[in-house]
Amino acid sequence: MQHRYLPMTENDKQAMLEAIGVSSVDELFSDIPEKVRFKGEYNIKPAKSETSLMKELAKLAGRNADLKTNASFLGAGVYDHYIPVIVDHVLSRSEFYTAYTPYQPEISQGELQAIFEFQTMICELTGMDVANSSMYDGGTALAEAAMLSAGHTKRSTIIVSNAVHPEARDVLKTYAKGQHLRVVEAPVKDGITDAEALKNLMNDDVAAVIIQYPNFFGRIEPLKDFEEMIHQYKALFVASSNPLSLGILTPPGKFGADIVVGDAQPFGIPTAFGGPHCGYFAVTNKLMRKVPGRLVGQTKDEQGRRGFVLTLQAREQHIRRDKATSNICSNQALNALAASVAMTALGKSGVREMAAANIQKAHYSKSAFKQAGFEIVNEGPSFNEFIIKLKKPVKEVNRKLLEKGIIGGYDLGRDYPELYNHMLIAVTEQRTKEEIDTFVKEVGDLHE
Amino acid sequence: MNNQDQALIFELSTPGRIGYSLPEMDVPELDLTSLLPEEYLRDEEPSLPEVSELDIMRHYTALSRRNHGVDSGFYPLGSCTMKYNPKMNENVARYNGFVHIHPLQDESSVQGALELLYDLQQHLKEITGMDEVTLQPAAGAHGEWTGLMLIRAFHEANGDINRTKVIVPDSAHGTNPASATIAGFETITVKSDEKGLVDLEDLRRVIGEDTAALMLTNPNTLGLFEENILEMAEIVHNAGGKLYYDGANLNAVLSKARPGDMGFDVVHLNLHKTFTGPHGGGGPGSGPVGVKVDLIPFLPKPVIEKQGSEYVLDYNRPQSIGRVKPYYGNFGINVRAYTYIRSMGPDGLKAVTENAVLNANYMMRRLAEYYDLPFDKHCKHEFVLSGRRQKKLGVRTLDIAKRLLDFGYHPPTIYFPLNVEECIMIEPTETESKETLDAFIEAMIQIAKEAEENPEIVQEAPHTTVVSRLDETTAARKPILKYQKAE
Repeated sequence: MQHRYLPMTENDKQAMLEAIGVSSVDELFSDIPEKVRFKGEYNIKPAKSETSLMKELAKLAGRNADLKTNASFLGAGVYDHYIPVIVDHVLSRSEFYTAYTPYQPEISQGELQAIFEFQTMICELTGMDVANSSMYDGGTALAEAAMLSAGHTKRSTIIVSNAVHPEARDVLKTYAKGQHLRVVEAPVKDGITDAEALKNLMNDDVAAVIIQYPNFFGRIEPLKDFEEMIHQYKALFVASSNPLSLGILTPPGKFGADIVVGDAQPFGIPTAFGGPHCGYFAVTNKLMRKVPGRLVGQTKDEQGRRGFVLTLQAREQHIRRDKATSNICSNQALNALAASVAMTALGKSGVREMAAANIQKAHYSKSAFKQAGFEIVNEGPSFNEFIIKLKKPVKEVNRKLLEKGIIGGYDLGRDYPELYNHMLIAVTEQRTKEEIDTFVKEVGDLHE
Repeated sequence: MNNQDQALIFELSTPGRIGYSLPEMDVPELDLTSLLPEEYLRDEEPSLPEVSELDIMRHYTALSRRNHGVDSGFYPLGSCTMKYNPKMNENVARYNGFVHIHPLQDESSVQGALELLYDLQQHLKEITGMDEVTLQPAAGAHGEWTGLMLIRAFHEANGDINRTKVIVPDSAHGTNPASATIAGFETITVKSDEKGLVDLEDLRRVIGEDTAALMLTNPNTLGLFEENILEMAEIVHNAGGKLYYDGANLNAVLSKARPGDMGFDVVHLNLHKTFTGPHGGGGPGSGPVGVKVDLIPFLPKPVIEKQGSEYVLDYNRPQSIGRVKPYYGNFGINVRAYTYIRSMGPDGLKAVTENAVLNANYMMRRLAEYYDLPFDKHCKHEFVLSGRRQKKLGVRTLDIAKRLLDFGYHPPTIYFPLNVEECIMIEPTETESKETLDAFIEAMIQIAKEAEENPEIVQEAPHTTVVSRLDETTAARKPILKYQKAE
């Protein structure tokens, strides 16, 4: 058959079969035992032309309520942010997206340099010494941080705050099973990690303590209060952080974090139903050689010109096999590129301005809800999220809101049974005053 | 390609320039110090670039010109399946209703997305011959680990807690043993025989009551079909172990043989390889896992199900291994793979494999005269050559790879698999024309001649790239992993 992606003509095939010395393509498959040979064709949908398939899929896409048509107040780890238009223009350069891992540095300098710049920007934002080239997402990056900590300290207990993203904690628990690690969840008090309770959980088997900053409820955890306690027990201090917030918040590195992980999705990466996003992984110099995944380093060529290569590869699976620091191979390079372009476009002043806009608009929304008679649950210093309590189930309210073109907040009762009817609301720089006012009014009306 | 040093974006920065346009600040602004405690307000701005929009576009355009992708030229990187990435997939993945939806929206508002994922699962089940598929794993290695965790959960549920070992062939991808370690297993290596296939005697020797699974790529990394697959399945199953299929090489057997029919219990696929999700400069990928019926209860949750005409996420899976990734996998890549499968249809996918295998055999036969062919039989979608003949002339496989750069090609995979000396692993894929293959073959022949007549030109290659060979030793010894302003 002839297909637009398959260039071989019948003439080509004949010439090639002759060169091989066989009379049919089937002969090339004669090594597949008769018993396992698949006969006939797959029972799947027949091929469609470009036009009709695009039409069908556009229709399918049209059945989803998207964040461009509706005003979204949903966050909980994934956010609707400003994506500079230029990001997609860079990503569409097919020299980037049709390449693979830069194994041949001489013809991959573009990708390597872009990753080197990404590593630098992540270090700048997190206040850390070393950042890798990306992980799958924030959740698996967090699990890898726990494994690094266990390996480094030769201990097997991981303490994770209950105010860490519930799905990231779930992923951590799955990885922990494989590694025979014990995961202990530290309780939350008044919206932040309970320092007293955490202290009581500490012991000589604790490899790491994981705190999210800002936490899942949007609150800014007092990292300073945890650092001493964690290091006193010689455990590693792991912070999981929304990198956009670090445009305005003191970076975890300044508070003595040993590992900072998170997801760069707020920088130039669309929500995309949860993926692909872009995990990042940053550490102190001391842990440099234990980092999972690819690292790009600067070096020189034979003529002394600056160039970039994949480096410290002795950590990785293709060299160390079962002794590797991680099994990660493919990462999220293209999304790291998107994040780089967005961080570059925003730059020094834009990252701060955008982070500040999130705080301002979320604060305005909080005040508006208070004025409308709502209680802000566990109010305190926060970034772009906060909690309100409803009289009705969140799911019910959200279905009604959707009819008004609003995607409501997250139903906290899904993960925290005691927080039934509590809605986690995210307000980013994208929301206008008018959208916020409408949202508050609509929730208020449904509340009655 | 140009020959100038490309400045880092930080070196192009000028205080005061900006490249963004944020939404209007239309709410009253308060003093941030009244909203946040002072010690949590950053006192030092991050040193991010300050550049205009055109500066950015020029910078990344310049970088892109220093990069080789499939669209730039032939990319026969073995085991990576660097086929053409259809442009239509890119358009579809950017539809608002796919790219701008939130994973935690009410299920009723994402029925289109769930339907697509469900139907993709149905297609992948048929293609692999498995009973159920999860789309949650983010990449091939992530799928391997997921699959091994499923096997682990299966054995544990049967009270079979002493199965601590995973067997992998010496020709396996490095991710196989690494994934086994992360899943808590010990790796045992099984040897290949002189024909390049798993040595059955050695398999019988290493298998036992402590075997959790055998991980296998079929065709293997030498591009050879494991002809004894049914016998191997029997050996593994009789010992109580599970058979794991590494789907990196699925492009070789579409419509020809299904892992499920070969006796495999768990399969992972690399949608960025066989099913054209672009490789993205290293990712994102997507690594769905398919299982046979006895492993279904252990699949990661949530599982996408169809109830009547509605698609739902099922979290009520008491035996599930749990989550392996937040949300539902790399949706954007899954959309691309689905678009591709629907563009090809059953006859198209069959033609994919037939052409991929034809291309590989053609190249192999034409190059056999000039390079050593360690395994002289029909290959599948890829094949390996050995550069040992050239090595005797002082020309290493690395040199041959570097010389190919001068001809405008991305070199094949080199020094892998580990069981072939001076290995050169070539995978042309089905999307390349005969003219492209012929031109590459001519280049390889010329390099073989140069190795004999003028080895220096190969040893000193590349001659035409923006940089020459880079000092990797110093890079690792004195790592510079981020930009630092010159003092």
